[in-house]
Amino acid sequence: MEFGFTTAAYVVAAVLFILSLGGLSGQESAKRAVWYGIAGMALAVVATLIGPGSGYWLLSLILIAGGGIIGYQLATRVQMTQMPELVAAMHSLVGLAAVFVGYIAHFEIGNVATGDPALFGTFAELIAKKTIVEINILRVELVLGIFIGAVTFTGSVIAYGKLAGKVDSAATKLPGGHLLNAGAGVLSLICLVWYFNTGGFVPLFVLTLAALFIGYHLIMGIGGADMPVVVSMLNSYSGWAAAAIGFSLGNDLLIVVGALVGSSGAILSYIMCKAMNRSFISVILGGFGGPAGEQMAVEGEQVAIDADGVATALNEADSVIIIPGYGMAVAQAQTAVAELVRKLRDKGKDVRFAIHPVAGRLPGHMNVLLAEAKVPYDIVMEMDEINDDFPDTDVAIVIGSNDIVNPAAQDDPNSPIAGMPVLECWKAKQVFVSKRGQGTGYSGIENPLFFKDNTRMFYGDAKASLDSLLPKID
Amino acid sequence: MKIGAPKETFPNENRVAMTPDSAIQLQKLGHECVVETGAGAAAGFSDAAYKEAGVSVVKTAAALWKAADVVVKVRQPDATEAKRLRDGQTLISFFNPAANEKLMAQAAKAGANVIAMEMVPRISRAQKMDALSSMANIAGYRAVIEAGNNFGRFFTGQVTAAGKVPPAKVLVIGAGVAGLAAIGTSTSLGAITYAFDVRPEVAEQVESMGAEFVFLDFEEEQQDGSASGGYASVSSPEFAAAQLAKFRELAPDMDIVICTALIPNREAPELWTKDMVESMKPGSVIVDLAAEKGGNCKLTVMDEKIVTDNGVTIIGYTDFPSRMATQASTLYGNNIRHMLSDLTPEKDGVINHDMEDDVIRGATVTFGKEVTFPPPPPKVAAIAAQPPKEKPKELTAEEKRAVEVAEFKKQTKTQVTMLAVGAALILGVGLVAPASFMQHFIVFVLSVFVGFQVIWGVAHSLHTPLMAVTNAISSIIILGALMQIGSSSYLVILLAALSVFMAGINIFGGFLVTRRMLAMFQKS
Repeated sequence: MEFGFTTAAYVVAAVLFILSLGGLSGQESAKRAVWYGIAGMALAVVATLIGPGSGYWLLSLILIAGGGIIGYQLATRVQMTQMPELVAAMHSLVGLAAVFVGYIAHFEIGNVATGDPALFGTFAELIAKKTIVEINILRVELVLGIFIGAVTFTGSVIAYGKLAGKVDSAATKLPGGHLLNAGAGVLSLICLVWYFNTGGFVPLFVLTLAALFIGYHLIMGIGGADMPVVVSMLNSYSGWAAAAIGFSLGNDLLIVVGALVGSSGAILSYIMCKAMNRSFISVILGGFGGPAGEQMAVEGEQVAIDADGVATALNEADSVIIIPGYGMAVAQAQTAVAELVRKLRDKGKDVRFAIHPVAGRLPGHMNVLLAEAKVPYDIVMEMDEINDDFPDTDVAIVIGSNDIVNPAAQDDPNSPIAGMPVLECWKAKQVFVSKRGQGTGYSGIENPLFFKDNTRMFYGDAKASLDSLLPKID
Repeated sequence: MKIGAPKETFPNENRVAMTPDSAIQLQKLGHECVVETGAGAAAGFSDAAYKEAGVSVVKTAAALWKAADVVVKVRQPDATEAKRLRDGQTLISFFNPAANEKLMAQAAKAGANVIAMEMVPRISRAQKMDALSSMANIAGYRAVIEAGNNFGRFFTGQVTAAGKVPPAKVLVIGAGVAGLAAIGTSTSLGAITYAFDVRPEVAEQVESMGAEFVFLDFEEEQQDGSASGGYASVSSPEFAAAQLAKFRELAPDMDIVICTALIPNREAPELWTKDMVESMKPGSVIVDLAAEKGGNCKLTVMDEKIVTDNGVTIIGYTDFPSRMATQASTLYGNNIRHMLSDLTPEKDGVINHDMEDDVIRGATVTFGKEVTFPPPPPKVAAIAAQPPKEKPKELTAEEKRAVEVAEFKKQTKTQVTMLAVGAALILGVGLVAPASFMQHFIVFVLSVFVGFQVIWGVAHSLHTPLMAVTNAISSIIILGALMQIGSSSYLVILLAALSVFMAGINIFGGFLVTRRMLAMFQKS
């Protein structure tokens, strides 16, 4: 009877999780969707706790509560701009947990072989009933779980480091490049066979080390600009790891949810790669492909402007489009931007935001920041909605974005970002670029936009610049 | 070189080709300046002002023509002036060369080099000397002012204590420089302004000035104005008919009509016919800026203001710039000054009449005793031709059907192939794997499928919350740890406990972060 109850609870939880993901199709339904997710998770945990197979449930509750307190602290303290780092960091936890769970399964197989299954809990009893073929399949599953979990763990740690600026964001590879990855992959395969034949711990451990290395080296080789794709890819990995563990434990809910998370992460990565016109494979295998020829030299000079000049132009403009980028997030300028927008809108000007699909370090990163600053979301437009409107726009303001407004993507076939869809802000009558200095963007490419006749550079930290601009708008 | 500006001899011509300001600039180029006494009087520039600017003033026209190496004028020279042209002298003036072959021949014979200001090519570099544009700008402005002067009502609509005033409706035909200036003036006075032009590409400019562009229901591709140097060209009879029909429809509503439609070197096209004038309300005003070339309205009488039987005023003045002589002289003087600075590249007071220069060559109509009109086409295209817009090909019903069928077949083919491969793989797995595995496998495949279907619908702006939610959900791995924690092996308990702890962090952190993000999305 208890098994029946647990299964029923799992079915309900699975439905809740699916509703939770599907509910994210709209801003309003999304608020409900989170509650579905929370309810699903609570149901799943409670059902498992009171269901068969678990012991030490007091200890489990204490641990969950302890983890919950830390999680609560993290989630409430973190700045909205640090969201990508947090997500990456939390992925690493899931990856590590998957590795541990895989190890446990391995130990249990050993325990069953040597002692009485009843001593080691229901899972061990389950194993004891399995045939040789089933045990072998179990081994493949747990090896998969451990492998993917380990890749997710180191990958997420590196992604966190790159996003938080603790690891150099440039794409770096150890000598040997892809050969090293391939070598580690082959080593893992050998370990799999080895483990199959002996069932010992050593091959499993070597395999884990190889997977950890692959995770590290893979993500180190990917440039900072591609981090959004990486984060969602790791998201997908953690899902697959959970699914693999679900197989080895014979737990359908783990399989269902793991598959949901895995496929959603994969699709998200695919959508983003499409938005950047990048091949999915080449992003995963390490950053940009080399340019085919000489890049066009950029001629002209960057003309600077001060706050007064920008204020005059804004006071005269009827239509304004703001293009935020990672620089806005770094400078925490979103509230200042929102204030500027409010002032301009009060004067009856048409102010909108143009959001590039890969602006920031996460998909939708800018939307989240602007929402935090209470910018109404119906003036926040996607690239396809707004790109045709630039020629009719008086002023375009680029705040801390670079590659997503780089005309070289259209003009220069040899540019590393050639063919990537970009916001055509240079078609506006005037363009102001708020930027810290004359350096290049995340991908390290020169941006001809800054040298155009209708472009003026508004140097300085984005927040400081906007704060100096605000009193001058009247 | 001595540059001289005589007093204009044409009746009622108030403009002058040199102002004290432009004279100062000319002197900076190393030239000397001279004017005939009273040359600027009608434009508001006294002899004293000229003297102050370092310009010498001579008593008679004869003396000026004799003294000056370069004569600058507004109107084309009259018979007396033409006789005064001498060998080596340069004349810069409007000249109307297309209709003035005799005068040109005479000037060439005398050996004078004549630069006709209306022949300045329309390229970016030459805009500063484009006198046609600067005069047209004034004409457009003045046309609206003149119309207002003869119009008995306000331009702007008002609701006053004494009653409601409807806004005036203004139609501007031809959106060249004059037309655009008229549109700007009219909208800034508060009238509802409509504008029409045969060149569809100017619709954007018209709308940018605040007027509404009148579109025709006409299929034929209208010619891009850039093919003819930015000017309008003759339209097809069908197009003309459609255009007239549209005007006929608009006529009863319009209070003021300003015609500016001109085609270079042709009689003005008739766009506002007699019956349209008759259908207009009494008190309406028509200003015909094309009067000099016969008028867009055939009732127009050149240089006169008439009132028709039904009370419509038709203004056919041709001297709008001259009516604003001070402004016109300032702008024209600057155009001339820019032309001279191009002619004096070294700024040393020596004229270098460079016939290799596109602009100078284009504007020169006689040089070295020869008539050099018409000029060869300029090397630089006036306006970049718009790339022809790609039209999606209209498919016939059968073609569409065929394409649909082909696509359907292709889709079916790929789907069937994928299904077949997938099924074969799963069958292969099923052959070796035990039944217990296959049960889970079915669940797995279905879940992946559901995931794919659900995620495509997620809004772009919610991708970050989606990631946070999936991150939170992926901590479902906690179930695995919970199931295993009930073991007697301490190693297992330790690892399981760690896993539960970490997953716990992730569950709470992930959901809270998601909630925080979503709570911020709000509508204004």
